[in-house]
Amino acid sequence: MMDHPTEEQTQPAAVRLRGIVKSFGTGDTKVTVLRGIDLDIYLGEMLLLVGESGGGKTTLLSAIAGILEIDAGNIDVLGVPLSDLPAGKRTTFRGKTMGFIYQQFNLLPALTAAENVAVPLLIQHIGRREALHRARTMLERVGLGDRAEFLPKNLSGGQQQRVAIARALVNEPRLLICDEPTAALDGPNGQKIMELLREVGRAPDRCVVIVTHDSRIFHFGDRMANLTDGRIERIESITREGRA
Amino acid sequence: MNYVALKMLFGDRAKYLMLLCGLTFAVMLIVQQGSIFWGLMIWSQSSVSNLNVPIWVTDPGIAQVDEVKPIAATAVDRVRSVPGVEWAVPLYKGLLRARLSNGDYHQITLTGLESSTLIGRPAEVLEGRFEDVLQPDAVVLDQWAVERMGGPDVIKIGTVFELNDKLARVVAIAKTQKSFTNIPVVYTTYERAIRYVPRERRTLSYVLAKAKDGVPVAEVTKRIHEQTGLGAFTAEDFGWKTIGWVLKNTGIGINFGTTILLGFIVGMAIAGQTFYLFTVENLRQFGALKAMGASTWTLARMILLQAFTVGLTGYGVGIGLATVFGFFTARSGGLPFIETWQLLLLVLVALLAICTFSALISIIKLARLEPAIVFR
Repeated sequence: MMDHPTEEQTQPAAVRLRGIVKSFGTGDTKVTVLRGIDLDIYLGEMLLLVGESGGGKTTLLSAIAGILEIDAGNIDVLGVPLSDLPAGKRTTFRGKTMGFIYQQFNLLPALTAAENVAVPLLIQHIGRREALHRARTMLERVGLGDRAEFLPKNLSGGQQQRVAIARALVNEPRLLICDEPTAALDGPNGQKIMELLREVGRAPDRCVVIVTHDSRIFHFGDRMANLTDGRIERIESITREGRA
Repeated sequence: MNYVALKMLFGDRAKYLMLLCGLTFAVMLIVQQGSIFWGLMIWSQSSVSNLNVPIWVTDPGIAQVDEVKPIAATAVDRVRSVPGVEWAVPLYKGLLRARLSNGDYHQITLTGLESSTLIGRPAEVLEGRFEDVLQPDAVVLDQWAVERMGGPDVIKIGTVFELNDKLARVVAIAKTQKSFTNIPVVYTTYERAIRYVPRERRTLSYVLAKAKDGVPVAEVTKRIHEQTGLGAFTAEDFGWKTIGWVLKNTGIGINFGTTILLGFIVGMAIAGQTFYLFTVENLRQFGALKAMGASTWTLARMILLQAFTVGLTGYGVGIGLATVFGFFTARSGGLPFIETWQLLLLVLVALLAICTFSALISIIKLARLEPAIVFR
């Protein structure tokens, strides 16, 4: 690993963070979690947010996703000033442009794999038949075409995370937000999920932001931002050698 | 998202069944108790409805139909003289003791009808001919009298018993609405009824009347009251007056009202709590939906759809069970059970209130939900 600019950094940033501050609590119990974050994330890249627990990784991810109000600073996503949008418009924007992968998968237990994958499309008012068709196609892409009608409880952890990846990608988001995608998986499964994320998640018109503390997957990223005590301590580019 | 909402609801089978049971129980309890309550009220004014005449003329201070206050015999002619009255006939109604040939005594309600018209006779006769009441010593019993006085082996056509030491012979059995007190009703002519009872200064209980065609009944009752000083009511008003008296002077209203209220509260508590638990347990999922772009309004619609789906299912099942209960109890005649569309509508409104309340608690929770919960 070494710190040098990548090809993507010559393009305008897809996600532009300036002076992000976020605190929780008030008075004596007030804790400042983000202390002036500046960060650019580019299309086509996979950025890893790493650092110690409590360093502000998940808070920053929530802020980028527009699901957490910030105290100060500006967040621009794909040219839209997300931090200035009212909550309703932010929700709509999120539904159209972002995909989410969670540590605990957060699949709806009553829905089959295909139905779970179809949910983001249903939220966008796409017809059920069309949504399910696209969901099955997406499941084929993540290697679960034959598990489309399975309920989550009948899938392994790795398979459930594949379903979650399919769900995150089915509406072709331009920003993919991943929170510890391998934390609930064992080593080999974690590697497979990251391989899949690089294979189907990474695209020239999409940026992928992954929060992780799993050092075994660091080499899958293009860049790695290290958060310590609410600040970005350093940003490293990951070379091909590093990945190898 | 309706599809997702319903799959979420039916997918958690245990919670769904618990919700369904709670709401079904609430609906069944309210409908069953409400129907019995209404049945009792109908029974309480059966003395009015069984005679099926449009106008009742009474003592001005009367409280209810079974509390007879005799009026002067001249009242019949005074009512007949009121413009708009087509006909007016006397009616005797009073309590008497019947002595059977086996020595048993039974209290009965003696009803004396005007002999030339038999106005006020029951509409349906189960055995015999009502007109035979014109024969000497003839009386007609209602079917409840047969049941109360010893059954069909003891009381049948031809059975002879005594009313105040005078002979009474059963010539027919008529079908009537059961009364609140379930005292056997014995029909005879007005003249014979007067002979059965001990001598009193006043023996006329009521005057039954009808308005001429084209003259409003309410207008005629008003005229009767103004011109005679007597009480005059339409049959409907007299029935309601009686119901009002029962509600005011007995604990029935409070008893049934309490049970119905309990059904409502229990239903609301079970549904509200279960629904809230259902939402809390799915909070991460709802948070994930919110993060994926589902608005609070979308989630609220999902919750409302879930609440109303389980609510209306519970409504159907609850009414079905209450109706089956009512069918069997009403058939045996042991309990009054009258299920009216008004009651069903009222229960539907109550149920929708329960569902809305339950859903609202969850919606408030979801509205406050930060989608960031999914990252914790």
